[in-house]
Amino acid sequence: MNRMRLQNWVFSGSLLVAFLLQLMPLPPAAEPFKPYWLGLVVVYWAIETPERMGLGLAFLLGLAGDLLIGELFGEQAMRLVVLAFIVLRFRSRLRFFPLGQQALALLALLLNDRVVTLMVRGFSGEAMPPASFWIAPLVGMLAWPVFYVLLDNLRLRQRAAD
Amino acid sequence: MPIARDNAATLFAEGGAGTLRLIFYLALSITVMVVDHHAHYLRALRQMANLVVEPAYRLAALPADVARATRTAVVTQDQLASENRELREQLLLAQARLNRLDALLAQNQRLKGLLDAQHNLGLSVQFARLVDVDLDPFRHRIVLDVGAAQGAQVGQPVIDAHGVMGQLVEVLPNTSVAMLITDPTHAIPVVVERTGLRTIAYGSGATDTLELRDIPRSADIHGGDKLLTSGLGGRFPAGFPVGVVGEVSTDSKGMFIAATARPSAALDRSGEVLLLQEQQQPYGPPAPQEMIGPPAELAGPAPLENQAATGRPPPALSRAAQAGGTTAGASGGMRETSPKTSGQQQPMPPAQGTP
Repeated sequence: MNRMRLQNWVFSGSLLVAFLLQLMPLPPAAEPFKPYWLGLVVVYWAIETPERMGLGLAFLLGLAGDLLIGELFGEQAMRLVVLAFIVLRFRSRLRFFPLGQQALALLALLLNDRVVTLMVRGFSGEAMPPASFWIAPLVGMLAWPVFYVLLDNLRLRQRAAD
Repeated sequence: MPIARDNAATLFAEGGAGTLRLIFYLALSITVMVVDHHAHYLRALRQMANLVVEPAYRLAALPADVARATRTAVVTQDQLASENRELREQLLLAQARLNRLDALLAQNQRLKGLLDAQHNLGLSVQFARLVDVDLDPFRHRIVLDVGAAQGAQVGQPVIDAHGVMGQLVEVLPNTSVAMLITDPTHAIPVVVERTGLRTIAYGSGATDTLELRDIPRSADIHGGDKLLTSGLGGRFPAGFPVGVVGEVSTDSKGMFIAATARPSAALDRSGEVLLLQEQQQPYGPPAPQEMIGPPAELAGPAPLENQAATGRPPPALSRAAQAGGTTAGASGGMRETSPKTSGQQQPMPPAQGTP
């Protein structure tokens, strides 16, 4: 019982922190390097606890993200649904990848996410973003091992403490 | 391979990721997007959700605020002294310039009085601070710490010490979101200071560049020319610096000149900005004249024949004048609010359609 509650805390806490990190400013020069934190968190929980991170929750999180950050309601919802779907489909393989390979798979996922974003923005008539738009997935890939180990550690420590 | 989990398949915690579900959610998100694209209800939703949204903005801005506070706290006295000296020199310069301007202003007022012009140089501003929140590095938006409770309105111009920064596109109760002039969907009517050439400066998507398109080839414009707001379109008051022309070249078709400009305002550095209050529009018909004479109540109900006999109908006329005054006032109010409503319907400045 206690463990479940702690798990929930880690789960919702990580989502909250992802939202705040997404909003948090970086120095202007470093801004294009900010990874899509919300996407990383969704990918992590979809890999680890798929019974919790379904498409419905991804959709709702995306709507919340749009409410906070977005310009077009539903854009992030679509991105996160696509992200979660691909991860859930290939979960059994992704899970047992070594960390480096997982990071590479994540790079592909995040690049795909960028393409989806570009499509949505293209259809809604926004201007094409500059080339630095494509840097963030690379940073996301580099951040993934640290991020994964950190969250895993938080989650498993509580399981061990129980 | 999808995970088969048929027991606890509730709506928001399903384990599997069936294609049907994917299609359902994709269709749902596309519907949401299309409806929002046409009806713009995200703004309205954000208004309703401001109890969550505003604290989130403040919370996310907290680390940056703390960092700034620490920097101020640990800065050495030496640095402070030198900064102080620098600021004092700047103040002296600005004061000297202001003194000269005062004389010019007085002269200007006199001349304006002679010309009977109503154009008002008075300027009322509101101080606002940037909330350090990053909405999207590829969208040029800033969050300010004033909102509807402080009197901010959609469409208010935002300036800093050096020039025009942008305009408010969204107002929450205690915060507001401004679009910068470099946003690709923004356009601002400008005039070249040296020659008086009117054109429109479009945002380019890069924080240090504005684009001037479709300038006639015969026009006199070259690098270093200063751009000021022209005041056309009614959104930005005239005479504020917008940018400095950089490169001037022929456009791809060879029909027009295309130039780039560097914004005058420190778009990526400003911490404090000024909001310009809505000003009386300098154009449009003059306000209706007040009826001079005794108030209508004093005159009392007078018989109609009496008025016809004397030829001076004070009560009825004054009542009619009052009615006229109110309708004129209402139409005046409509004229004043119409840019606001148009601003709410679409975030682009109205100037874009009226080059």
